[in-house]
Amino acid sequence: MNLLKLSGSYIKTKPLNTLLNIILLALGIAIITVLLLTSNQVEKSLTQNSRGIDLVVGAKGSPLQIILSSIFHIDYPTGNIPLAEAKQLSRNRLIKNTIPLSLGDNYQGYRIVGTNYEYLDLYQVEVSEGTRWGKPLEVALGAAVARQSGLSIGDTFASSHGFADDGLNVHDEHQFTVVGLLAPTQNVIDNLILTSLESVWQVHDHSSETETETDTTTHTGADHEHEHESSHEYESDHEHEHNHEHEHEQEHSEAITEQGLPAEGDEITSLLVQFRSPMAAVQLPRYINERTNMQAASPPFETARLFSLIGVGVDMLQGFAYVIVVIATLSIFIALYNSLKARRYDLAIMRSLGASPPLLFTHVILEGLLITLAGCLLGLLLGHAVIYAATQLYARPGQLGLSAGRFIAEELWVLIGSLVVGLVAALIPAIQAYRTNISQVLAER
Amino acid sequence: MIQLQNTSFRYTASSAPFQFPDWSVPSGEHAVLLGSSGSGKTTLLHLLAGLLHPEQGQIIIGDQDITKLKSNALDRFRGRKLGLVFQQPHLLASLTLEQNLLLAQYLAGIKQDREVIRDTLASLSLEHRRTARVTTLSQGEAQRAAIARAVLNDPLVILADEPTSSLDDENCYRVLELLQNQARQHQATLLIVTHDHRVKEHISYQLTLAKA
Repeated sequence: MNLLKLSGSYIKTKPLNTLLNIILLALGIAIITVLLLTSNQVEKSLTQNSRGIDLVVGAKGSPLQIILSSIFHIDYPTGNIPLAEAKQLSRNRLIKNTIPLSLGDNYQGYRIVGTNYEYLDLYQVEVSEGTRWGKPLEVALGAAVARQSGLSIGDTFASSHGFADDGLNVHDEHQFTVVGLLAPTQNVIDNLILTSLESVWQVHDHSSETETETDTTTHTGADHEHEHESSHEYESDHEHEHNHEHEHEQEHSEAITEQGLPAEGDEITSLLVQFRSPMAAVQLPRYINERTNMQAASPPFETARLFSLIGVGVDMLQGFAYVIVVIATLSIFIALYNSLKARRYDLAIMRSLGASPPLLFTHVILEGLLITLAGCLLGLLLGHAVIYAATQLYARPGQLGLSAGRFIAEELWVLIGSLVVGLVAALIPAIQAYRTNISQVLAER
Repeated sequence: MIQLQNTSFRYTASSAPFQFPDWSVPSGEHAVLLGSSGSGKTTLLHLLAGLLHPEQGQIIIGDQDITKLKSNALDRFRGRKLGLVFQQPHLLASLTLEQNLLLAQYLAGIKQDREVIRDTLASLSLEHRRTARVTTLSQGEAQRAAIARAVLNDPLVILADEPTSSLDDENCYRVLELLQNQARQHQATLLIVTHDHRVKEHISYQLTLAKA
């Protein structure tokens, strides 16, 4: 027998009441945990993913959309930009380097991104197995893609157009070959299939006609489809016929762009820009937005805007969670207060058996702490379970950097906070227990 | 073993004082403290148990003047040297019988020993109820359990407050016999405080408090 067991035994005598209090507290804690985990992990993943990227340049449209599509690969692109214009911009003296991106296809929902080797350097990702893509239609898989899709080196697959895994518009005639697997990075790159710009172009050159008729699932913007379409028509007119792939050797050159922008080509989706000097942050966006047909988007600015947009909802949820926690505190207090009234005699008997007033004080405090500890642990568990369910239910929240298994330092504060709640709820009853006048209680018959 | 010297007590500064006669009970003696309601016998019992502090005078139990003990030491003394039995058993309902007795050892700060508990329960024919919830005990069993709890730590003195008042004759004598047997077994001095005159016939060592 010890104080912990004793306090525990009183908790067990009122299982329903205890359960209610634990669940109430757990609910509040769970909401707080989910908010903490998501905001912490999403924020971390946002800054991690946009590290080293000063500006993203895409087709005219929503800058937030450009950031989401070109850095985090969650939204649809705003459209394409002409390569010539991108090249001209990249020669600007304020710009240190640019990395081109070309989007448009997916495999089982994993985005296929045409780019160059500098994109790998940007995220400091190593090739863990095989090699980088060396020819058109060769791809390297992000770590998560390799793990989840079951593809390995030497496997081939056909991509489907768009960004949703709908099985429609499969580009059957072009088979991608897996030549490399990338090491895990905890970045968005884990969920991407990387290839050369030339691969993306080749695939789209040959499917332009079917694509324009049946593709109703690519949602973003008519202008994207429109540009796509018109560009392909242009290509068709000037360059080749569809069914004679191998007659045009130049078209199917084995060369790929390893660095910088390709010498020839038509369109890319966006350009990741690194500044040469801080001055560029002031001048470049205005220049791009006013003087070109492109749109500049600043990652820190847009993510801040995103957070301020969802911040209202987060604040409300947080307020709600705190209200629940306060109600739980009150409920635990009332339960202890009432039960102590009925337990005056027990406390007096304990004093008559040699218990000191501080011991009774601790006994009651411990009871409050046990309940809140249970509520807090259940809440933390529930919070992680919700994140786990979210990562299982929704399409690839891994892209947002969410993971249920990761614990953060703030959760320790949640634990400490809920123990304070227990302390507060039990304080007045504990003082009452401390002050129990045993003689008076025992004299009551 | 129990010695009262010039002891007086008052509940509040304005209330009338209880002045108790000097009295002593030798070691191992079984004594009864009689008095009608309002004569201050419960007050005296609480003074002896260290639950109340006298206005003046000495209360000596064993060789310790308990009025000299500080709060913590007094609590410890009460746990180790005194066994209290009340009119109602007052076992803690959230615990089993054995846990109630373990608690008595724990709160007194002595080693928790299931063997001792088993022996004590056996001497009160309660061994088979060891793991029972106290709410399932019959009234007689609960009463015996309360006695077991009082004698468990081998106290110097067993103080019993009206242990028989609510019992019929048969049970009254049975409880008295149990208390006396247990006191003898544990070599404790027994003091029963009561207004129950049936007790008088059994125990000759007596003090009667007159109404103030």
